[in-house]
Amino acid sequence: MAVKAVGRPRPKGGGAVPFAALFWRLPWLRSLLLLTPPLAWFVVIYFASLVLLLVTAFWTTDPFTTQVVQVWNTSNFERILNEPVYHDIVGRTVLLAVLVTLTDAALAFPFAYYMARVASRRVQTLLFAAVLLPLWASYLARVYAWILILNHSGLLNWSLQSIGLPPANIGYTNVAMWVVFSYIWLPFMIIPTYAALERVPESLLEASADLGARRWRTIRDIVLPLALPGVVAGSIFTFSLTLGDYITPVLVGGAGSTFIGNVVFSNIGIANNIPFAAALSTIPVAIMAVYLFIAQRLGAFEAL
Amino acid sequence: MKFGAVVAVAMVTGLLATACGSSNTSTGSKHRVPPTASMKPLDKVGAGEGLLNLIAWEGYVDDSWKKSFEQTTGCQVHAQYAGSSDEMVSLMQNGGGGQWDMVSASGDADLRLIYGGDVKPMNEKLISDWQNFQTYFKNPQYNTIDGVHYGISLQWGPNVLLYNTNKFKIAPTSWSAVYDNSNKGLVTAYDYPITIADAALYLSKSQPSLGIKDPYELTKKQFDATVALLMQQRQLIKKYWPSASEEISMFQNGDAFIGAAWPYQTIQLKAAGAPVADTIPSEGATGWGDTWMLATKAPHPNCAYLWTQYVSTAKVQAEQALFFGETPVNTKACGEMEALQAGSCAQYHASEPGSYIDTIHFWKTPETTCADGSENCIPYDQWVSAWTTIKG
Repeated sequence: MAVKAVGRPRPKGGGAVPFAALFWRLPWLRSLLLLTPPLAWFVVIYFASLVLLLVTAFWTTDPFTTQVVQVWNTSNFERILNEPVYHDIVGRTVLLAVLVTLTDAALAFPFAYYMARVASRRVQTLLFAAVLLPLWASYLARVYAWILILNHSGLLNWSLQSIGLPPANIGYTNVAMWVVFSYIWLPFMIIPTYAALERVPESLLEASADLGARRWRTIRDIVLPLALPGVVAGSIFTFSLTLGDYITPVLVGGAGSTFIGNVVFSNIGIANNIPFAAALSTIPVAIMAVYLFIAQRLGAFEAL
Repeated sequence: MKFGAVVAVAMVTGLLATACGSSNTSTGSKHRVPPTASMKPLDKVGAGEGLLNLIAWEGYVDDSWKKSFEQTTGCQVHAQYAGSSDEMVSLMQNGGGGQWDMVSASGDADLRLIYGGDVKPMNEKLISDWQNFQTYFKNPQYNTIDGVHYGISLQWGPNVLLYNTNKFKIAPTSWSAVYDNSNKGLVTAYDYPITIADAALYLSKSQPSLGIKDPYELTKKQFDATVALLMQQRQLIKKYWPSASEEISMFQNGDAFIGAAWPYQTIQLKAAGAPVADTIPSEGATGWGDTWMLATKAPHPNCAYLWTQYVSTAKVQAEQALFFGETPVNTKACGEMEALQAGSCAQYHASEPGSYIDTIHFWKTPETTCADGSENCIPYDQWVSAWTTIKG
């Protein structure tokens, strides 16, 4: 027995729990057993479903019974490439995701800066609660609240009219979607930006001041570059969440507000054309892959 | 790459052709024979199996009538609510069958279920109230093929023209109101591919030269004209309504003033005091007819028949009609409706003669095969992609 030769003491109760001794002798076996379930879950459920998605995208359906026909072809992708309506939908989805991300970054940065570097401990706690509180309420309830604000006889038009301004009919338009998305995903931008800003060492700011840099110069040359990974990390959330959403366009959007997600949903729910839906959903996957590659280059993963 | 697509299309067409080849029966019907057509339905209803699994529209299996069914038959009812016809088709097709006994499918799902082999023939003789059904609903073409019943009709309703009476002092008499440029920003429509049939119905009267006979059987030329009309209509529409409750709030908040609706919305809006009314314009209207269909692999067929018998009785028909805002197919239900809510029989058109029902074009799945047997009609999957194009 090699174990005895090295002179290690036998673990107590080793006889009662036969595996314990085995694990003690072979530490790699323990890690293997511990890691197998999560790894298996990752590979089988997470990764395999993505592969299946990709494979399904190359199948087609019987037009009448809507059953999947497993014939390898690229007609789904050809349809997306050739029909202008899908260019519009993809373009609209990406454009709105970019707009929402920029808006949230612009709103979140001063807010997070105040939270991280100016506010007292007490105010900081209060602000944290204020940022996170909306996440406790249902997503749907918050979207419906915005419908009540933006619709024709809603709070916005009522306020405008009571101070003598003409109504702003932005209910059920892409502008309404932009406002609602920016509101809903704002906390996901504030938190990583705050985390990055809080990590900026005080000494660097002092050194910058000592060398004669004014406030704005310090922010531009010291704070912004150091906080950028946090903003990019936040943008991964705001961008991908907008890109994949399909509920807000249905509820808040108007006649020309279809998103990629809506077409995917209608092809699964209405047409039962799962291969075409799969082909469409590879588009956000591809866009996110490119986005994450750039984000990784900008150091966002260290800030997460 | 194109070659692959061509091969796929050729194979699918080949499959369809083989299916069609075996279908021309002695009656001269050009319809394909559904895969379950030869399955013999039950001769008599035996004892219940103690369990019944249903896919239903929300509100179709309400406790107020489910409870007494469970007590008398001992069949425990489990209902899975579906949000759309197509969700029902997916539920029935995915998972191999065998989980579900029945589905309360609407006409636009029925043929897909029948030709998909997901439902099987039912014996109408076992449903005693079937004799009391409105003639049309005994053998509607969306659930009966070559005299074989793939389900028992349940309830129906028209897609009416709902309008705000403050904006439209005079009741509109034509569907042209929802295509009229002067109503820009006031119009809404149901966010669903079957809405194409509403436009086709209007064109069948306003442009007779197109020769549209059935709004669900459109040739390429007719279909393109209909889609063009809807593309034009999109400019007038602020928002398509995705669900009944959305349309109700749009009419309440001044975001819509006219558009197609179900009687349910009118009832709810009127109850809330909104200035609305509805009408069936001169062109007629589309409508839906729901059917309880029996799954091919139904594990509890006796309970399924007991349930169908139960929901076909005048009393349950009336309860469900008032609960959901629709019209019973059982003509005897009128008296029960009056007893529950005076005036409701006329309000829901439950006492209308057959000639009224003839003005309603009931939802059915658009197929490649037209009524004349030619293969020139535009099938449903193209309706779905056209709908995406229309909405943009």
